[in-house]
Amino acid sequence: MNTKETLEPVESEEAPPIIGENLPRPEGIRKVCGTALYADDLKFDSCLFGRTVRSPAPRGRVRHIAFGEGIPWDEFVIVLPDDIPGENAVTLIEKSQPFLATSVRHIGEPVALIAHHDRALLNKALKAITVEIDEEPAIFSIEEALEGKEIQYGRDNIFKEYRITRGKLEEAFSEADHVLEGVYETGAQEQLYIEPQGVIARADPKGEVTIWGSIQCPFYVQKALAPLFALSPEKVRVIQTETGGGFGGKEEYPNLLSGHAALLSYRAGGAVVRMIYDRREDLFVTPKRHPSRTRIKSAFRKDGTFLGLEVDFVLDGGAYPTLSSTVLSRGILHSFGPYRIPHADLRARVVFTNSTPYGAFRGFGAPQSIFALELHLDRVAHELGLDPAELRRRNFVKKGDTFPTGQVIKEEIDLALLMDTALKKADYARKRKAYEEENRKNPRVKRGISLSVFFHGSGFTGSGEVMLGSKAAVRLLKDGSVEVLSANVEFGQGTNAMFTQITAAILGIPPEWVRIHQPDTAVVPNSGPTVASRTTMIVGRLVERAARRLRERVLEEGGLSQGYTGEEFRETAKRLAAREEFREEAQYVPPPDVHWDEQRYQGEAYSGYSWSCDVADVEVDMTTFQAEVKHFVSVVECGTVVNPIIAAGQIEGGIAQSIGYALYEDVHTERGVMVNNQYTNYIIPTTADIPSIEVSFIRFPLCNYGPFAAKGIGELPADGPAPAVAAAVAHALGYRYINKIPLLPERIAAVVLEEEETAA
Amino acid sequence: MKRAEAGEPVEISLRINGEKVTCRVPPHVTLLRFLREYVGLTGTKEGCSAGECGACTVLFNGRAVNSCLVLAVEADGANIRTVEGECRNNRLSRLQELLDKHHAVQCGFCTPGMIMSIRDLLARHPKPTLRQIQEGIEGNFCRCTGYVQIIEAILEYTGQLKKKGELKRVRG
Repeated sequence: MNTKETLEPVESEEAPPIIGENLPRPEGIRKVCGTALYADDLKFDSCLFGRTVRSPAPRGRVRHIAFGEGIPWDEFVIVLPDDIPGENAVTLIEKSQPFLATSVRHIGEPVALIAHHDRALLNKALKAITVEIDEEPAIFSIEEALEGKEIQYGRDNIFKEYRITRGKLEEAFSEADHVLEGVYETGAQEQLYIEPQGVIARADPKGEVTIWGSIQCPFYVQKALAPLFALSPEKVRVIQTETGGGFGGKEEYPNLLSGHAALLSYRAGGAVVRMIYDRREDLFVTPKRHPSRTRIKSAFRKDGTFLGLEVDFVLDGGAYPTLSSTVLSRGILHSFGPYRIPHADLRARVVFTNSTPYGAFRGFGAPQSIFALELHLDRVAHELGLDPAELRRRNFVKKGDTFPTGQVIKEEIDLALLMDTALKKADYARKRKAYEEENRKNPRVKRGISLSVFFHGSGFTGSGEVMLGSKAAVRLLKDGSVEVLSANVEFGQGTNAMFTQITAAILGIPPEWVRIHQPDTAVVPNSGPTVASRTTMIVGRLVERAARRLRERVLEEGGLSQGYTGEEFRETAKRLAAREEFREEAQYVPPPDVHWDEQRYQGEAYSGYSWSCDVADVEVDMTTFQAEVKHFVSVVECGTVVNPIIAAGQIEGGIAQSIGYALYEDVHTERGVMVNNQYTNYIIPTTADIPSIEVSFIRFPLCNYGPFAAKGIGELPADGPAPAVAAAVAHALGYRYINKIPLLPERIAAVVLEEEETAA
Repeated sequence: MKRAEAGEPVEISLRINGEKVTCRVPPHVTLLRFLREYVGLTGTKEGCSAGECGACTVLFNGRAVNSCLVLAVEADGANIRTVEGECRNNRLSRLQELLDKHHAVQCGFCTPGMIMSIRDLLARHPKPTLRQIQEGIEGNFCRCTGYVQIIEAILEYTGQLKKKGELKRVRG
């Protein structure tokens, strides 16, 4: 690693034409032909199928596992906790979740594994197993956890707590003309990738483990499995198969699942073991978006000046800490929005409950805290008699302003321009007035329109990227093409196209000559997990730097002169690749002016932010209390857009998913587990539910650390739609206090009928 | 088809993408599993095995069905089309080209089933209205795209999308 290297921000607006082109997906053809190979499509000569024996109780010691009669148990491979060769704990931020529990903390927790080559018999056998548990009292809500009932983690059931303070909040409240308090709640949400979780494992008892699977983070799986088998990490090889969506759901869960499949294989003497969940099991046991409860108290002048903000942000983490501390961190670091707030006191906690552990989902804590703040601002505006857009306009951060974290905005941002672009496209001003008039005359249908303005930080929080120290590489192949090596997976979001365009742009070659190596820990360098909107901005920059180095060496060692043609490059590349391995690597270097104080939670939380404004136009049927989004506008500033059609598609998909979050998607839990674990009653938007969606991009003067000044996009559309939709419903209902999503008809009915009762 | 004892494999004969296939299969095996595991055509995907998500859609005598809800023995004598039958002479069909061009494909897992539902739709409505498109693929869940680019691809296929961005006007 070249530690002397300093990273320069990219300011130039001049990028080669391939940056900004709607290049087809490199893997598009195999996807439309049905030849792309997902985990369950891999063929092996023989294989066993694995299933998981799960706890029926939310808390207690496993007293006995009874293997019932009528099953030829001697034909089965069975793994119990005692059979684990190494450490019985999933290595993540903490090592506390066992692969197989002897003392359970949630319903559905794995306690044993079985495998057989006959699936029908396997499923019959699973039903013949009874897990007996000495049950203990359990807790299932944030309230019970905070009350200190049944302490099961640390001294107070709190996994993690953060506090960010700036200025003197009490001054803000004494100076304020207007103080408003509110509590906002969001439910869990299921990622609902269309391909369920699945892996295939071969664990040779002599000490080599191979995993093929639907995985976002191959090196996480390697790190989790090495201690499980007491092996060095390079003995664990993880190969990502084509992945049918993830949205965060395949960030950390594949660690556990791969461990299970590998344990069965190990026990079976190295036979291939397939563990592909069916939909019901997937929904029942895999982590979902954290439910949240946020209390906000705000201080404003009557002219709409934002003086102070108090936030108490609480997440339900479920039964193991998994990724909760980092979800909480991103949540609190997005809780103050793009506003100038001189005084702030922000507190965040994630608590233990005896629920299925909650995990990563697109947005990673930010959608919950942004929901609370943006919906709260809508109420503040109403009470101050200001238009919600106007209230925001008076408080937007500008270059030189400071966030409550102490981070000074260095980019030349113009959020008023961003918002006005969205308002104009949505015909906001006219519609807002017209709807209010119409609503007075029409008792059957009420219409509303409102907005949200928000940002999302690209890459790992704080010093996370420095700690990862990611590496990516580029090499010449014998046919003169160029191959990108990274651990960042394609799971629909466009990794392959991003890296292809960036590489082709730097090397000046046609994109068809760029190959992407399938992420395989035996071949690719560890460029970190495919999460946190980091692939384009952070890893893309590594690919760009590696490609620049490769280019310099090809020029020098191949005798190419500047201004070479693509064909000349290819001929030279063939020659060089025939001689020796011709490969260049780049490692992450932090931008020079980015510092993070983990103790005080102050500093540059993210080296780049993408900005966005959403406008939702809704209709509420006052007979059925069904809310429907009719039109949706999203304007996004994410620096240079590498591939506009992919970017727009990703945002449209995120908006659809978030409309689901706002209106339909209700994870119904009983005793800590999802009980509506099927599509029939967990409702996601279909074509029939999607409004017209209008996505467009604007660019602020470019100055950031991404490749060609590109920033992250992936999670942004998970942040803004829900509060915009909820605020629009509140507007439709004549400003009733809406504070909880999903806004199912029964919830809207309760709000409307309760107020009518009060009025009567 | 001969009458068989419960559970005993039954010989079935059917056409898959135009080719005749004869095979013995136990009566409880679904058409989805038959295609994937007995014939080796893994393009058709299992998303829920409950007839809800549409990932396993195939054409059964020209009409879209969820192959996870049909038993292989019920397909005896039938004409089945799967995504593997879309390409002709190793070339993408125009529908495949347009789905690729419009990025109607992200993770790709719903795509094979989506293509089959679109085929069914187009057979019934060669120039479908927006509503007919929405209803035609309503049973095919996609979690990545928000459906906009899929609908754009269908509109271009049927000659109804002249310019980029027209969909917004069609819908708005």
